[in-house]
Amino acid sequence: MSDDLRSPPSGASGDVTRRRLMMGLPLAGAAICGVAFWKMLAGMQSGSFNPHDINAPVTGRPVPVFTLADQIPGTGFSTADLRALSKPVLINFFASWCIPCIAEMQALLDLQKRLPIWGVAYKDKPDNAAGLLKHAGNPYARIGSDREGRVAIDWGVSGVPESFLIAPGGTIIWHSAAGLDNDEVAAGLDGTLKRIGG
Amino acid sequence: MSPELGRFALSLACVFALAQTILPLIGAQRRDRRLMAVAPGLAVGQLIALAASFLCLVNAAITNDFSVSNILENSAVAKPLLYKISGVWGNHEGSILLWAMILGICGAAVAAFGRNLPSALRARVLAVLGGVAAGFELFCLTTSDPFDRVWPAPLDGQGMNPLLQDPGLAFHPPILYTGYVGFAVPFAFAIAALIEGRVDAAWGRWVRPWAVAAWAFLTCGIALGSWWSYYVLGWGGYWFWDPVENASLIPWLSGTALMHSAVVVEKREALKIWTVLLAIATFSFSLSGTFLVRSGILNSVHAFAQDPARGIFILGLLGVVIGGSLVLFAWRAPSLTAGGLFAPVSREGALVLNNILLCSLCAVVLTGTMYPPFMSLLFGKTISVGKPFFDAATVPLAIPLFAVMGFGPMLPWKRAQLWPVLRRLWIAALVTLGAFAVCLWGLSGVLPVLCATFAVWVIATSVTDVTGRVALFRVPLSQSLQRARSLPRSAFGAALAHAGVGVTVLGLAAMSQAQHRIVEVHVGQTESLAGYDWTLTGVKTEPGPNYVAMVATIEIRHNGRIVTVMHPSKRSFNSQNQTTTEVSIHTNGLSDLYGVIGDRHGTDANPTYVLRLHYNPLAPWMWFGALIMAMGGALSLSDRRMRVGAPRRAPMPDAVAAE
Repeated sequence: MSDDLRSPPSGASGDVTRRRLMMGLPLAGAAICGVAFWKMLAGMQSGSFNPHDINAPVTGRPVPVFTLADQIPGTGFSTADLRALSKPVLINFFASWCIPCIAEMQALLDLQKRLPIWGVAYKDKPDNAAGLLKHAGNPYARIGSDREGRVAIDWGVSGVPESFLIAPGGTIIWHSAAGLDNDEVAAGLDGTLKRIGG
Repeated sequence: MSPELGRFALSLACVFALAQTILPLIGAQRRDRRLMAVAPGLAVGQLIALAASFLCLVNAAITNDFSVSNILENSAVAKPLLYKISGVWGNHEGSILLWAMILGICGAAVAAFGRNLPSALRARVLAVLGGVAAGFELFCLTTSDPFDRVWPAPLDGQGMNPLLQDPGLAFHPPILYTGYVGFAVPFAFAIAALIEGRVDAAWGRWVRPWAVAAWAFLTCGIALGSWWSYYVLGWGGYWFWDPVENASLIPWLSGTALMHSAVVVEKREALKIWTVLLAIATFSFSLSGTFLVRSGILNSVHAFAQDPARGIFILGLLGVVIGGSLVLFAWRAPSLTAGGLFAPVSREGALVLNNILLCSLCAVVLTGTMYPPFMSLLFGKTISVGKPFFDAATVPLAIPLFAVMGFGPMLPWKRAQLWPVLRRLWIAALVTLGAFAVCLWGLSGVLPVLCATFAVWVIATSVTDVTGRVALFRVPLSQSLQRARSLPRSAFGAALAHAGVGVTVLGLAAMSQAQHRIVEVHVGQTESLAGYDWTLTGVKTEPGPNYVAMVATIEIRHNGRIVTVMHPSKRSFNSQNQTTTEVSIHTNGLSDLYGVIGDRHGTDANPTYVLRLHYNPLAPWMWFGALIMAMGGALSLSDRRMRVGAPRRAPMPDAVAAE
């Protein structure tokens, strides 16, 4: 619209068509948005589009490409490590500043006796994350540090705590965007584990 | 005052609104004075009917009429009176009714204050307002009826979300909605002007006060919402780039642009098409924000009862209002005649730059907000756009805006020279340089330093603007006072609002340096943060009216001297199995000490408590600055020239085009 900002003199005839087209641009933009919104609403009603369902796209896909630096007291890991797995592993995003993560620790400590858990310290200072694990106990076999939160974006993490179950070969087969407790483990995680015979 | 009466009154209002749309439009087209003259009466009648309807709902809430399902779902006998009343607009149905009523107030205000408008223009403006109101009232009646009954009526209601039981939130929606809905008036003026095919200086003068008023309310509403999330949610944050927050920021940005471009229309008859488009866009953004939040398309922490069926109704309404107005724009705008010319370096030029930057900011926020659902629709990818994107994309646009804000108001109209103006600003520039040095020393990060420096620049230049206009210290003080009295109040208002922006930005920049710690402590343990020693001296349990609270006592010392004792608490509500954290904030105007108590861990004999401690420098300034901005708007509204809104042409002595 920058040309209109200058208000060309009314005497300039010539490009009336161009002027008309430009005045129609806002309408075209609004129409595109309107159609998109209508599609979204229709999808929400039929169930094909759900903006609140953050779990759906993640499961069944291979893990994204990433590398995580070491986080004391563990060692970091990368996509290659997950692809080389022969047993399922649970990836758990946590942070020392996240109170539900602290609450989740007990369930994770119970769980790690039968399922290896690898942790990712999400947007956390290494010292704080180490302090939390020293204080609350360390359920993680390996721990990577995601200071900037970039890896979490690739994983589609919406917030911490968030956990992903990785099948051998590096496929995400289960996902929880909430803190794990024993009920959740029994209800969702164990069923999935049984299904793959892990 | 039965709910049925309320529904009847609402239906009546809808009929009035439809009549208010159709009759004056026909009247204005046929130049029929009698038909045009019915518009003000219908607008007032519509307001009375809406107010009656609203009172019926308030009455049902106060008298605990749980046979009304809206009251049943959102109220309870034990709820305090204030929240019974504020609960009326704390839910979807009631808030739409409030929205419609505020629109009714706007219509009645145009009817009352618009006596000196040309009768055809007034009739058309009222008709447009009536049309929008009719749409909302139909929406209320058909898909979200606040007066629905349930049978049998239960003895007690289900109660309200405890988070909403807060005085800040009692006033936040009405003020915010007044801001949103207020932009309906400039919108109606824009549509009326398109129908008439004429935009002139007088039009700009009529539109501007409405835009300023709506903007001031929106500013207050946004600040109040941000303040509420700061002290209620207990995250220590004030702005989360949540879609609902963005939905209020987008019309604020475009409304700010509108307010400024309307000045150019009024003074110079330039930027007419652009201003009309901004008026349409601003109200469209206000409407779309409501739609997006209530249809559930955007993921947000603000949970309204989300229902795609309602979404389709609102989408249809938006299609008619926004689509219709843009069709009209595409059809009529090319025929609007262009006005005065100006050189790039001039007051108009600075305002154009202001508009470009504000609209770019608006586009950035819009993109960031709409990107996730569009990605999800087009590519099936779920992504989230958050603070890092918005910080990185908005600050580089905001800084040039602050720079222009400094000298823009001092440039003369039509054609200016930059150098003489900048020379007048040498004191402000020195102050800014000093601030820059202080910021380099005191703040970490490039963006906070730049923001804080330019915030000081904005404040310093606003002060220079006013002192320059009254020639302070250059002429005797009495003469300066004389000049100050004759200076238009809108000049003071503008300077004040600009200074308010500076104050808010200073607060934002300082808040980037906020410190916090999450600690798990025993009673008696001391932790230090930001030079303060925080000691948890005790935790006790206290019963409340409909909750049980765990109240901590934290003593804060600075160099051994006690600063304050704070009592953050955590409330467990019996009715909804919900807990809320009651933050304790100690402020000295320059910084906030902010304490939150979290969970209890450990054994009963040896409990530990999670505490979250924040040190928030200059936090109060963010909202104080917003208040100053709104006061600037109010001051400028009190200017006689604005209030009178007389169709007197501004004298244009040498109206020869530059160049």
